[in-house]
Amino acid sequence: MTSTTEQVAGLDDLAATTLLRFATAGSVDDGKSTLVGRLLHDSKSVLTDQMEAVEAVSAQRGQDAPDLALLTDGLRAEREQGITIDVAYRYFATARRRFILADTPGHVQYTRNMVTGASTADLAVVLVDARNGVIEQTRRHAAVAALLRVPHVVLAVNKMDLVGYQESVFAAIAEEFTAYASDLGVPEITAIPISALAGDNVVEPSANMDWYGGPTVLEHLENVPVSHDLTACPARFPVQYVIRPQSAEHPDYRGYAGQIASGVLRVGEAVTVLPSGRTSVIEGIDALGESVDIAWAPQSVTLRLKDDIDISRGDLIAPSANAPATTQDVEATVCHVADQPLAVGARVLIKHTTRTVKAIVKEIPSRLTLDDLSQHPSPGQLVANDIGRVVVRTAEPLALDAYADSRRTGSFLLIDPADGTTLAAGMAGESFASKAETTAQADEEGWDF
Amino acid sequence: MTTTVAHVHDETDAPYALSHLDALESEAVHIFREVAGEFEKPVILFSGGKDSIVMLHLALKAFAPAPVPFTLLHVDTGHNFPEVLDYRDRTVAQHGLRLHVASVQDYIDAGKLRERPDGTRNPLQTVPLTEAIQQLKFDAVFGGGRRDEEKARAKERVFSLRDEFSQWDPRRQRPELWQLYNGRHAPGEHVRVFPLSNWTELDVWQYIAREGIELPEIYFAHQREVFQRNGMWLTAGEWGGPKENETPETRLIRYRTVGDMSCTGAVDSDATTLDAVIAEIAVSRLTERGATRADDKMSEAAMEDRKREGYF
Repeated sequence: MTSTTEQVAGLDDLAATTLLRFATAGSVDDGKSTLVGRLLHDSKSVLTDQMEAVEAVSAQRGQDAPDLALLTDGLRAEREQGITIDVAYRYFATARRRFILADTPGHVQYTRNMVTGASTADLAVVLVDARNGVIEQTRRHAAVAALLRVPHVVLAVNKMDLVGYQESVFAAIAEEFTAYASDLGVPEITAIPISALAGDNVVEPSANMDWYGGPTVLEHLENVPVSHDLTACPARFPVQYVIRPQSAEHPDYRGYAGQIASGVLRVGEAVTVLPSGRTSVIEGIDALGESVDIAWAPQSVTLRLKDDIDISRGDLIAPSANAPATTQDVEATVCHVADQPLAVGARVLIKHTTRTVKAIVKEIPSRLTLDDLSQHPSPGQLVANDIGRVVVRTAEPLALDAYADSRRTGSFLLIDPADGTTLAAGMAGESFASKAETTAQADEEGWDF
Repeated sequence: MTTTVAHVHDETDAPYALSHLDALESEAVHIFREVAGEFEKPVILFSGGKDSIVMLHLALKAFAPAPVPFTLLHVDTGHNFPEVLDYRDRTVAQHGLRLHVASVQDYIDAGKLRERPDGTRNPLQTVPLTEAIQQLKFDAVFGGGRRDEEKARAKERVFSLRDEFSQWDPRRQRPELWQLYNGRHAPGEHVRVFPLSNWTELDVWQYIAREGIELPEIYFAHQREVFQRNGMWLTAGEWGGPKENETPETRLIRYRTVGDMSCTGAVDSDATTLDAVIAEIAVSRLTERGATRADDKMSEAAMEDRKREGYF
């Protein structure tokens, strides 16, 4: 049986393509569900039976056109309340690329959902209403993208049809947003004027905005680079599992299974195992069924080393020439994601790569208001959707990178040891690429909204 | 079997790119290895359908050259296609795996479950499944569910926490960030794990083709005696069809999904090879379940309700 699908005539979709993970941030009012529905619909990713269901419900409600937002509103509670209460993942493909979309709600009480969606995204789409321009919520979305180090941000200025498709309206919003997001250290920003409802510049170029010469949203999604220059990041390999068949066929095989978190690994490279500090050399790399000389993130592979040293799950293998330091004192920015608060003195578990150790929250130096980046000193505790700085002391050393250098080895979870609840999502090191935060004059109410 | 690492020649990408299938494969293997490292007694739900076949294939790759450190569990509705059961048993023998079978028929015979008037047994799988998990003390249960299958699944986590009644509470699901999966649970609770969460139907088929994975014959076009009910072609059989007003006829069909005979519909097709099947799916204008699974059509919230009860 042939194992290539590229010979199927006329089906370009089947060639090997790349995969882009992106997130959308915005609220119902901005038309986010309509934008997502439009992307799915106009890229021919909505199939007949799904569309029939949408048309039926729209007609039942007396709407005169199919409500594309219905394509993406899943759970009964949402249908009743008309809101989006969780991260939903959507899938579509074009001839050029496969897409995984983390569709996140934009209101302040759902910051944790946007943080979740942005954590795995290569790109974030921030939606604004052309009539309202850059508002607090927009600044919050930009800050989340900057905090999570999302490499590419798209500003989609929606509802251009309601401002007469005027270039001046778009240009002013794009300029304000770009200045703000650049200050936060967002490396790449693309502004696109759209109307999700009418379909302008989402998939099809707009006939109403011939002054705009750039790509549509989908064109940009298809062309944005997804793999960064991995050679720029040092290699990191958290060991997940030790493979020892101890069979007649493989009496001495000992392989360290894991997914390369960053960088490139080569056979013959000198490596250091952390936290023990022992050294060896990569003897072989098994890439799911074949031996290779080189492998890179995010491939799942099995490493074989020249020396028989004691390595287990939770250890980190790194090039000896560029190994991370280990530490028991973690300073980080966290997004609090649980309903129960996190207070100074809390005993928690910290889950970093494949290693989980006990820890204590020593300090919560500040809480950050994302809308204006003001810092509120010593809040004492963090509650759901808060972003704050923490100082954590761990029971054992962690080989931690700054999140700015490596999203995968600079991130961690704080977990409640009692019931396993995920309390907070942490990013080691500085919050933003630039020091944009200001200290608030007074923390009057403790509310941000 | 050899796998070559696909290089994607795309001027927008640095030399170190992965094809979408390699990226999805690496992610799924990472999930299998996480569970092996963190759980005591994981099990793979294996029905002999294409998604569970792909899951098993990924698990075999994740731990090679050592054996898969998991057992298999099949909830047998009693109305399964014989070709699929045969495939199941051959696969288990070929890889030296251990298979547990939880049988809906046994529950009906014992009076613990009642046959539904429509003869559909898919909804009856929940009790045997949850009791098997409890009795055999599995703490992680791999399912082949994909987020693209159905709206209620779009929000499912890769690690989905279930209480001792196997219930899924959408409000109790933990946020899942980066690639950090939190599988901590209390005794008696377990975690359902979905390594194919981010795959689409087309990805699964492309991967089957790329890897040269053998499938049960019913996935390919063949002559079969079928009859029409609720707009679907169903297989004639002892499970309850055809009825008096339903006329059996022999047609050239294939199955896109494999489940209980009573609610798994066939589609007219002349696709006898994987490439032909993939070509047909790529241009199909009907989603997988919408075309072939009566049980998801019961109500708009059918899947959400059944997930809460412990169904996948």
